[in-house]
This record gives sequence, C-alpha cells and structure tokens, in this order.
Amino acid sequence: MRTSRWLALLAAIVVIATLAVALGTVQLSLGGVWDALLGEGDPLARTVVRDLRLPRVALGLLVGAGLGMSGAALQGTMRNALAEPYLLGVSGGAAVGAVLALAAALPFALVPVAAFAGALVAVALALAVARAGGSAGDPRVLLMAGVVVGAFANAVIMIALAGDAPNTVRNALWWMMGSVATATWRDVAWLAAYVLAAGALLVAWGRQVDVLALGVENAAALGLDAERASRRLYLLAAMLAASTVAVAGLVGFVGLVVPHVARALGAQRHRATIVASAMAGAALVVAADLAARTVRPPAELPLGAVTAIVGVPFFLSQLRRIA
Amino acid sequence: MIAFREVSVRYPRAAADVLRDVSLEAPRGRITAIVGPNGSGKSTLVRALIGRQPLRAGTVTIDGRPIEALGRRDVATRVAVVTQREEPAFPIDVPEYVRLGRFPHLGTWRSPDAGDRAAVERALSLAGVTALASRRIDTLSGGEWQRVRLARALAQGGDALVLDEPTTFLDVGHEMAVFELLSHLAHRERLAVLLVSHQLNLVARFADTMVLLHRGAVVAAGAPGEIMQGPVLEMVYDWPVVIARDPAVGAPTLVPLRGRVPR
Repeated sequence: MRTSRWLALLAAIVVIATLAVALGTVQLSLGGVWDALLGEGDPLARTVVRDLRLPRVALGLLVGAGLGMSGAALQGTMRNALAEPYLLGVSGGAAVGAVLALAAALPFALVPVAAFAGALVAVALALAVARAGGSAGDPRVLLMAGVVVGAFANAVIMIALAGDAPNTVRNALWWMMGSVATATWRDVAWLAAYVLAAGALLVAWGRQVDVLALGVENAAALGLDAERASRRLYLLAAMLAASTVAVAGLVGFVGLVVPHVARALGAQRHRATIVASAMAGAALVVAADLAARTVRPPAELPLGAVTAIVGVPFFLSQLRRIA
Repeated sequence: MIAFREVSVRYPRAAADVLRDVSLEAPRGRITAIVGPNGSGKSTLVRALIGRQPLRAGTVTIDGRPIEALGRRDVATRVAVVTQREEPAFPIDVPEYVRLGRFPHLGTWRSPDAGDRAAVERALSLAGVTALASRRIDTLSGGEWQRVRLARALAQGGDALVLDEPTTFLDVGHEMAVFELLSHLAHRERLAVLLVSHQLNLVARFADTMVLLHRGAVVAAGAPGEIMQGPVLEMVYDWPVVIARDPAVGAPTLVPLRGRVPR
C-alpha cells in the first residue's frame, strides 16, 4: 500500500474524529473544541467535549479498529470475503456471555472475559454446523451457520433480559443494536488494552494469514501447521470482537466492509490489510456514530442500525460476486 | 534427495492401506515421475511429504534425515511442493505472491533481507515469469499461473521440487513449456524433481525414472523404456493398449485401443 493512501486514511480519521467532537446538539467551533481540550473557555463546552464526546469518539475508534482487524483476520484465515464477527455469530455469542456475566453481577473486569468465552462457543458452533453441512469450505454455508448461531444468541439475550426493569441493566435492544452513547473513560481504557494487545499479535501473525489464504494444503507445503495457526487466529479474532461487544454491543458489518476498503486501497499482505482495516474501521464507526446522533436530533439512532444500513447493500454486492 | 522407505498409510476408519510398502527415491539432477491410475495413491504420497498424512509405517527422508526430525518449516526450506489445486482467496501482485515462498525462511518475525530478495528475483527468472511482475495473479492465463506457482516454489530455495499434476487444464504448448522448464531445473539446475502426472507419453519423454503405482503399491520402477510395456499398463489401467514408438521423436508411446464398452 502506498504511503499516500496510509496518509489519506490517517487524515480521514482525524477529520471525522474532529467533526464528531465538534458536532451535535451543542455545536462547537474548532476553536471552541481546542479551548475545551486545553481546559479553557466555556465550562459547558468543556464538559461536553471532555466527559461526553471525547470518550465516545475514543470508544468508537477502538470499536471500529477491533471489528476491522477481527474481520480482516477472519476473511484471510477462512479464505472467505464475507466473513466477519457479526455475520459469523461470534459477536452474538459474545453478547450472550456479556449479558450473562452482568446478570450474574460479575465484576466489570470479567465482562470481556465472559464475552470472549461466549464468542469462542459461537465460533466453534458455527464451524461445527458448517462442517455438518458437509462443506466448511463453501463460504455461503459457513455464513448460514453463523447467521443461525447469531439468531440463537439474540433469542438468548431477549429471554435473559425480558424480565428486567428498564434502566437497571442495559436492555436487550442496547446489546442487539450496539451503542457507544454511554461511553466512559473506564470503557475506553479496558477496550484499549484488549484491542492493542490482540491487534499487535494479529499484526505479528499477519504472514501466517497470508499463507493460510492460499489454502490449507498450500500453507502446509510452506511449512505452516495450518490447523494450529488457524485456531490461534480465530482466538484472537474472537477476542477482538468479544471485547468490542462487551463495551458497545453488536455493531454489525464493520468487519465485513473495511477489509474490502483496505484491499481496494492497495493492501496486499495481511499485515497491511489488518492495520488498514483497523484505521478504516475506526473512521467508519465514528462516522456512523456521528450520523446516529445528528441525523434526527434529538433522537439517537442505534449505532448497529446505521452500520447495517451501510453494510447490507455492500454484503449483497459481495454475495453476487462470489455466487 | 527425497526418499520414501517402505511407507504405508491408512486413512482413519479404512479397512486397507492406501499406500503399501512404497519405496522410491528422487535424486538430484533427475526427473522422477510417479504414474498410475486414479486412486492409486499418488497424491497421498505428496500429502505424506508435507506432513498432512501420518505414516502407519516406514519413513520419508530428505537428504537422509526423516521429515519428523526436520520439522515442517525445515522441510519447506528443502522441498517445495506445488500442490494439485490452488485458488487464492484474494488477488495480489505476482511478486507479492512469489515472495510468499520465503515464508519458511522468514517465519513470523524475521524481515526479508537481500538474500530473500535475490531468491525471489532468481525464482521469477528461472520460471520465466519476470515479465509478469506487474500483473495480478487473477489476470494470468492457466499456463502463466502454473509457471508463477512454480516460481513461488522455487523461491523456497530448496534442492527438491515436487509437483502434483502440474499440467492439468493446460493446452499442448503450455504443457510442453512446463515440462521443458522441469527438465531444465532437473538437468541444468540440478534439482531433484518428483512429478506426479497422468501424462504417460510426456512423462516417458522427459522423466529419467518412472514409478508405476497401482492400488497403493509400486508395481514397476525404472527407465521409461522399462515401464512403458503393454501388459503391465493394460493390467494397471484395466484397458487394452499398445505401445508404439513415436515416429518423430522415438519415445515409447502409449496408444489406448477402442472397442470395449466402459464398465
């Protein structure tokens, strides 16, 4: 990928994040944002910027980066241009884990762990269902399995949260449609730790994804233990997806769309594809969240609904290409 | 040199061995061709070599060392395998693709150095695909793609090259180009070339040694003139044949006869 395109991605992130901090019910000028960042100027603007919008933007960046890297790793490892954590049911499984952990009143630090466990169960289920279908290699069979696992997960979430009084825990809709509206710096710190750690490992193992993308036999001929390498990469992809779900619920289609953007920008090796997907995902989620809260004020659209509006037509166009 | 010694392989839950006491050698500087009907175990041999098929008995050695002792990556630096099929999931440029051949040398952490880049350049040139360097792999013709795959295998830099049906789907010209390239690699570059092929007549012209597999066992091995014999080929392929001498090039040529109703 050419340097100019990396810079363009970086510029897109900066512009979108700046707009996301400035725009909203309280409109701020760039100067106002700058003053607030420095702790000067209007106290209302300071609160809006530092306590509300900045953590929300930071969380959106991290959610997008995590989902983008997860999607890039899954697409390469599974050799499936339609793979992504939401459509494979991985995110749904993670949401079930997180919901059950919160219902059991586990400490907040353990919520991502429970989400991770749920995500692993989901990815194992989806792969098992696809194998039972006889052709785990067929991308459409795997997706069908994932969608079924995801639907099951949604049912579990609805049942688990059906009896709860409103506003005691995050409700079923919050989990199923995704949101970064309640972002706190604590969420940001937790997610940053998971996304940076898992993302760094994923980038390090990017060469293995390159080789796996040639197919299992060819990977073996190049000296890679393909099964072990795939399992490790699924673990990391599931961890990335699970940690985003634990703090933001289900945000679909980001992991599907952004690896295609990365490849269209010229990323060929998976190290580049993964990093570019992180950047494009970050920009996409912050832009989607900005749209979610500015399109129909004062109402806020669910973040997952906005990404689905973008993602579903893209999914259909890709499906036509492989069919 | 690649050597199989009394190798037996049995698939899980199968009643019989798919390979029985197979011994063969592929020395440097020669083309060794494995031929035999569908299901005779040819591809299983290749899978055993890359560690995808556990052995029930026997050993596979590379330069005298068993593959288990070498480990997967070490094997891949010594033997390059061009598998039967390959459909890359994402289109990339030809040089990027050929660079993947350096994976066994680089592993996860090492950065490519001048040696790696030289190996890639040499592989592109040996396979005759330097001119394709600006192309993407999804724009290549079948013949170009097979040569680019060969380049990736050559970039692995080993002394041995294993190819499973490298000319399936290729027309006569491209098929000949691949065989001539293999001949050059074996006889000029002194690689050990082990070839699995259905093209008996071409193999008889190019190979130094032919190994005839039937139901998982070696039924004959030797120079093409010794293997291209009517009775044994009729038995193995279960079809009436005659062996003629090609009037133009003098090589033994198998001619399957007509007149039998297929079973």
